[in-house]
Amino acid sequence: MRKKPMVQETAESLAGRQREISVSEFFLKNRHLLGFDNPRKALMTTVKEAVDNALDACEEAGILPQISVEIQQTADTRFRVSITDNGPGIVRAQIPKIFAKLLYGSKFHRLRMSRGQQGIGISAAGMYGQLTTGTSTRILSRTKGSKTAHAIDVQIDTRKNMPTILKDEESDWHPVFYQAAIDGKPVEPVTAKSGTCVTIEMEAAYVRGRLSVDEYLKQCAVVNPHLQLHYRIVLTRAAARDEEEGRKGSKAKAAAAEVAEEPAPGNDVPWTTFLRATNQVPDQPQEIKPHPHGVELGMLMQMLKNSPARTVRAALSQDFSRVSEKTALEICERAKLNPKANPTRIAHQESEALFKAIAETKLMRPPMDCLSPIGEAAIEAGLRKEIVADFYTAVTRSPTVYRGNPFLVEAGLAYAKPGDNADLTAEEPIRLMRFANRVPLLYMAGACSMNKAAASVNWKAYGLSQPRGSLPLGPMVLMVHIASVWVPFTSESKEAVAHYPEIIKELAFCLQECGRRLSVFLHKRQRLAEADRKRQYMELYIPHLALGLKDILDLKDRDEQALVKQLHTLLERTHLET
Amino acid sequence: MAKAPKKTPSRKPPASKPASASDDSRPRLVTRDEASTRIVNVGREVYTDVIKKNRKPTMRFPIRALSNVRYDIKRGHFEIRGKQATRTLTYNTVKTFAQSMRLLATTKKDLLDKQDIAGKREIYYNSKSWAECRFDEQPESDALLDDMEAMLGVNREQLGYIPEERGGEVTGPLIVVDRNATTGEVVKINCAKLGSGAWSIPSRVEHLSFDAKGAKFILVIETASLFQRLVHHQYFEKASCILISMSGVPTRACRRFIRRLADDQRLPVLVFTDGDPYGYCNIYRTLKVGSGQAAHINRYFCVPQAHYLGVTPQDIIDYKLEDATHPLEQADIKRAQDALKNDPFILHHKEWQAALHQMLKMGVRIEQQAFAKHGLNYVLEHYLPEKIKRQHFLP
Repeated sequence: MRKKPMVQETAESLAGRQREISVSEFFLKNRHLLGFDNPRKALMTTVKEAVDNALDACEEAGILPQISVEIQQTADTRFRVSITDNGPGIVRAQIPKIFAKLLYGSKFHRLRMSRGQQGIGISAAGMYGQLTTGTSTRILSRTKGSKTAHAIDVQIDTRKNMPTILKDEESDWHPVFYQAAIDGKPVEPVTAKSGTCVTIEMEAAYVRGRLSVDEYLKQCAVVNPHLQLHYRIVLTRAAARDEEEGRKGSKAKAAAAEVAEEPAPGNDVPWTTFLRATNQVPDQPQEIKPHPHGVELGMLMQMLKNSPARTVRAALSQDFSRVSEKTALEICERAKLNPKANPTRIAHQESEALFKAIAETKLMRPPMDCLSPIGEAAIEAGLRKEIVADFYTAVTRSPTVYRGNPFLVEAGLAYAKPGDNADLTAEEPIRLMRFANRVPLLYMAGACSMNKAAASVNWKAYGLSQPRGSLPLGPMVLMVHIASVWVPFTSESKEAVAHYPEIIKELAFCLQECGRRLSVFLHKRQRLAEADRKRQYMELYIPHLALGLKDILDLKDRDEQALVKQLHTLLERTHLET
Repeated sequence: MAKAPKKTPSRKPPASKPASASDDSRPRLVTRDEASTRIVNVGREVYTDVIKKNRKPTMRFPIRALSNVRYDIKRGHFEIRGKQATRTLTYNTVKTFAQSMRLLATTKKDLLDKQDIAGKREIYYNSKSWAECRFDEQPESDALLDDMEAMLGVNREQLGYIPEERGGEVTGPLIVVDRNATTGEVVKINCAKLGSGAWSIPSRVEHLSFDAKGAKFILVIETASLFQRLVHHQYFEKASCILISMSGVPTRACRRFIRRLADDQRLPVLVFTDGDPYGYCNIYRTLKVGSGQAAHINRYFCVPQAHYLGVTPQDIIDYKLEDATHPLEQADIKRAQDALKNDPFILHHKEWQAALHQMLKMGVRIEQQAFAKHGLNYVLEHYLPEKIKRQHFLP
């Protein structure tokens, strides 16, 4: 029997099936890259992306941020997430693209420190909601002075990576912020003149703990002391009951099966408010041009090709930071290039020579005013307001450079007296809070260079116990912040900072300084405890000394008391002064 | 050895002249009232420091160690030198300081003022009523008692403290005149008529008086078993001597008893111990000149007129006892070397240095009982009479 011939593909037949893959399609299949790998994380990531955007918007507009986060459970595994801010609002034309087009945004093409970088996050969250529930992303936005607000429902066309507008209405919406009661007295809600509210409904799961929305918001409050944040989560009755039982430790879930789909009446769940500790909006960091040492060959070629300058020399000095006319000339000479050549015509080989020449040329470090540190005082204030401890300190290092990108690191430390703070025990590892450009990083701690740096410090020298090669043990919260125009994350979900030796070195220096301050404090406390112990010991025996003397000399009671008093004074003077 | 030495005046071994019991060298005893006053003075000093001078009080006492004694040839004992330890009231000393004060108070109120007595262990238990100031172990209270003696310059027997250890035993031609403590009736004890037993030296001996007309010398013996042999064979009759057993290092009462007896009856004292560094440097030296630890009270507790009879290293050779010896232990060697280097008494007597060197060279020690090699009674039939006759003594 003759075999049936295999169908041979031709270039043409293949071409028939070859087509463009849209970014949205790519991320739809690879959602773990964006932080939507499981339902619990999806909820946290959505809140995180929306809050980041809100904070960036407020700060750029110089507005003291006020944000409210409301999560409502609509079904067993479905949650509606609403984030409202008092930012400048968004003009109608931009709304669909911002919320329903991946890789669209204002932050990618500039070198400036901001929370968001890529223009993926919030659209990805919307896309995730759309994928899991079929619902659209709803945006309410009001710009300052406008008569009405816009209410827009969008979905993302994943094949084209383009927004589809489902509803576009005028509305009289105003951003309203409900607050937690203070000392049992209700506080009136605040209405802002402008702002944006985004609502996404999605499949998700809510679990308390270190990786929860609650923890994320708490850390957010620590690192953004200028932020007023309101939060509540409304669970369905069944979920609330489970949660209550779970907390009580009873695993009996018999009753939970009854009426799972009935949402709880929303308005009686109280709000939690994280109060702001300062009214100072952080300084707006400056945008900088790329530093030649941080640019790779392909990028260099691209920049030369797009340069508006007429000569290579001009292109170098105008499109890059820290390159003067003189330095540009020096680079050209080293690369054996005609400085007057047209930058758009630089051939491949020549740009390679140019790239090598740049690497060999000594340049000034990039300008540092593009970074806006939180600052030692603000870090301390943030820690004080959210963490019960009895020692706080913070260190901000001066900026430095990795791969041509300026960055700086900061660290803060809160040390509780053992037993004072139920969350922090002496026997467990310290809590490390990681932040990048003021954004809390909750996942992938093990892969993060901040974790590595904290474990590499010899904390034993500062009075903590530390198992070999791990974080120290003790009732302590350590916060580490890296600020950079481009934070080198290990993935798009922005969960861990890559291991650049320059960054790890800076982090270690910073943590060591914190450690030294802690050690001074611990020593002092130890000294005081020692003095206290001595005082108690002496108080035990002084009366006996006086009693003995009283018996020997037949003293009166009054003399005996005078003796006790004077002995106290004498001994305190020499032994207890610290 | 039936014949006793003939002339009474030659009873004294003539070799060197130890301190005679002349009046100025006889230690003066302190009355209860005086002791009480001294305690009050210490208390007043502390009180004045605190209240009037506004400074931390101190207690001073002489350092009690061999390094702080001098061999006083004239008086014949270790005399304490000037080095003083100061205990200033600080965090570290506050407990001891308080305990000292309470101990002084108890001594004054309960012992001296009430004419009572107490044992060291009783005082330790008495402190249990002082709450946190109590002594946890008896060595603590013992150490403070020693401090107190040194500070007051009074031995604790005079303060009303009685030692718990046995004082030693006496037989021989001696009548001890004691008193019934409650009735005051005079009691006479004839130590020659105690059969196969002996009279126990009491813990307080100051009130005793003696009559030893028939005795020519006192023989002090280290081990109880040899003492028993001498008593059994009535050696004290044959030799006209008073026998005293020490059972190891003599107690204070025993030393004081020998001293008083020897002074009172003007009798020479001969000492017979095992031939080892412990017998020489601890037992004999302590009996004769006192110890470093009790340096502040040696003047009461020394017997300067004592002479060493044996067993000397030379005796081992003279009496062919080489095969009845034991090799020196590491501790013995160390003790001998230490004495040669630091003991003021040994350093003063060339004869003793020679003896110790000889012993170290021979590398052996010998026990009193070793004479049994030549027959059980060889020691009393040959060794002792010959030694006494030839007056071969060490100082």
